[in-house]
Amino acid sequence: MKSKEKSPVEITFSREHLETVGEVSSKTARIECHKVNVFYGEKHAIQDVSLGVGRNEVIALIGPSGCGKSTFIRCLNRMNDTVPGCRVTGEILMDGKPIYGEDVDVVPLRAQVGMVFQKPNPFPKSIFENVAYGPRIHGLVHTKAGLEEVVETSLRRAGLWEEVKDRLNHPGTGLSGGQQQRLCIARTIAVDPEVILMDEPCSALDPIATAKIEQLIDELRAHYTIAIVTHSMQQAARVSQRTAYFHLGRLIEVGETAQVFTNPRHQLTEDYITGRFG
Amino acid sequence: MSKSMLNPPKSSKTLEMVQASLPRRKRAERRFRLYGLLSIIAGLLFLVILFTSIVSNGYSAFYYTNIALDIEFDSSQLDPDGKREASVLAGADYDALWKAALSNLFPDVTERLQKRALNSMISSSAGDMLRGMVKENHKLIGETQRVWLPVDDVVDMLAKHKFDSDEADASARVKNQIEWLDRFEQEGRVKKVLNKAFFTKGDSREPETAGIWGAVSGSGLTLLVTLGLSLPIGMAAAIYLEEFAPRNRWTDLIEVNINNLAAVPSIVFGLLGLAVFINLFGLPRSSPLVGGLVLTLMTLPVIIIAGRSALKSVPPSVREAALGIGASPMQTVLDHVLPLAMPGMMTGAIIGMARALGESAPLLMIGMVAFIVDVPSSITEAATVLPVQIYLWADSPERAFTERTSAAILVLLLFLIVMNGMAVYLRKRYERRW
Repeated sequence: MKSKEKSPVEITFSREHLETVGEVSSKTARIECHKVNVFYGEKHAIQDVSLGVGRNEVIALIGPSGCGKSTFIRCLNRMNDTVPGCRVTGEILMDGKPIYGEDVDVVPLRAQVGMVFQKPNPFPKSIFENVAYGPRIHGLVHTKAGLEEVVETSLRRAGLWEEVKDRLNHPGTGLSGGQQQRLCIARTIAVDPEVILMDEPCSALDPIATAKIEQLIDELRAHYTIAIVTHSMQQAARVSQRTAYFHLGRLIEVGETAQVFTNPRHQLTEDYITGRFG
Repeated sequence: MSKSMLNPPKSSKTLEMVQASLPRRKRAERRFRLYGLLSIIAGLLFLVILFTSIVSNGYSAFYYTNIALDIEFDSSQLDPDGKREASVLAGADYDALWKAALSNLFPDVTERLQKRALNSMISSSAGDMLRGMVKENHKLIGETQRVWLPVDDVVDMLAKHKFDSDEADASARVKNQIEWLDRFEQEGRVKKVLNKAFFTKGDSREPETAGIWGAVSGSGLTLLVTLGLSLPIGMAAAIYLEEFAPRNRWTDLIEVNINNLAAVPSIVFGLLGLAVFINLFGLPRSSPLVGGLVLTLMTLPVIIIAGRSALKSVPPSVREAALGIGASPMQTVLDHVLPLAMPGMMTGAIIGMARALGESAPLLMIGMVAFIVDVPSSITEAATVLPVQIYLWADSPERAFTERTSAAILVLLLFLIVMNGMAVYLRKRYERRW
């Protein structure tokens, strides 16, 4: 956290400045967004957001409640399609291809861009079924042995295998909150996506479970691109390489995590991370 | 703002005022609970009155009085040629057999009117019963055997003490019959047997042969049609409206109309059925097929509304989870949402069915109120249903039909209790918490 005595001269942009500050594109960009606007009916939830998310990078999205960070990551796998009255304009490219194109099918997109939700939401089925469901519907494996293998590797990568290996046919909803969230992560990586979106994955968890998930995110970075929405600035500082600060539907500042937290260039970012609001 | 205003010193005055208001609040609370308790007691009381009245009126219909007579299967009467020809045996006068047995027992009854009163103690179906016995077993001819014969319904009422004494005094005929019945009883010739006819036969003009089986099978066939049509249609409609349909003016309109349909008086559906299914499509009148179609129209809104609320109660996180790993909308619904909503949908369907089972008004309009003796064996044959049967019997003048009405109500209530119990069981058994 920033110290109080930091001189305000380093703040170059005043609160009235609404253009994004910092380098929005990533050198190894996998997802590129250009001037994305989201409307919920009349409400303009996101305004002109441009942001790139790089390969094997964890990007943290921070900002006060209602600033549009969840809305933004839900655009990346088109989960906003399920919200009635939601309209998305602008361009989002995944590996150079637009994901909001006419001919884009959301099913393969969502298999490619997995999502972990705020509240752990395992299916009310067995632990095995929870993890096996994705590979099964996508036809990724055809044998029972193959399925068992996928389930085991996914649970291992989610750091849950040792805890649940003896009770795979117990209901997933019977696990503790932290275990449920790791089960959801295992379910997501069982489909072998390329990008994982996490919408405040630790908000319902205790500090120990949170530490486990954070460690897991760090390990997953080697294979996946991860975008994580968080309310905890410590968490953003711990797990991410880049940080994006949202404010009232606008992307205010993007930069290397260390830079954003120690040396923000926008007054609003400074206000937020020093706890003046939020 | 000064600090003392934000945190005023604790005053004992507040506490005093709270203490002072406590008795009043407690009284109000006790009164509130009492009102609730009283409502429940009132409700239960009415239920108890209803059940006692129906059970006390109806249970006696489940058994029937029989009288033993020593029947001489007189070969000169039945088979004068001695050839045992089927046509001759079938054409013989079997009523004469039990009439002869009766006059043997009461040789002093000779006056014509009295004799007629004596003969009317035995059910008119007794002759057919004896004919059946002889047909089964030719060896009976020439023998004398003690046979239990059903009595007439008036005598049955007498034996069950269902006649007011004033009424019995008024009629000399009934008076005589009471005397004779006492004599039968003294000789041990009276017994009460399970009223098989009530459970196995269709309707009849004679109370002693009137049964409920025709109405039960009519109800069963009608409900089968209703279930077969309304469950798939209702579930498909509920799933489409809740999970797939866009939210716009049209779906709002549909929703309003479904709610309206659920409130339409059922007799209107009966008129619709008469106009469309019978007059326009020419389907057979009085048939369970048409009855089932009409009840389907009536049950559909109930099933759709129950199904939609069951689907609505599935938490959206389940849908998000499935969609989030790339399940198609159909997979999401079939694999995750529907299994969770199923108990609720089934409960709604069973309650809808129970309502359909108890419905009579729309079926009157399509002719299921006709007097039908045969037990229906297919959905296109004329039939009646339990509630309509109750209506018909309640309208009959014979005293014996009063107890049959109550007995039929008991049977209907039994079915309803079983169905509602099933709904409760399903809800408890498969209810999930998340």
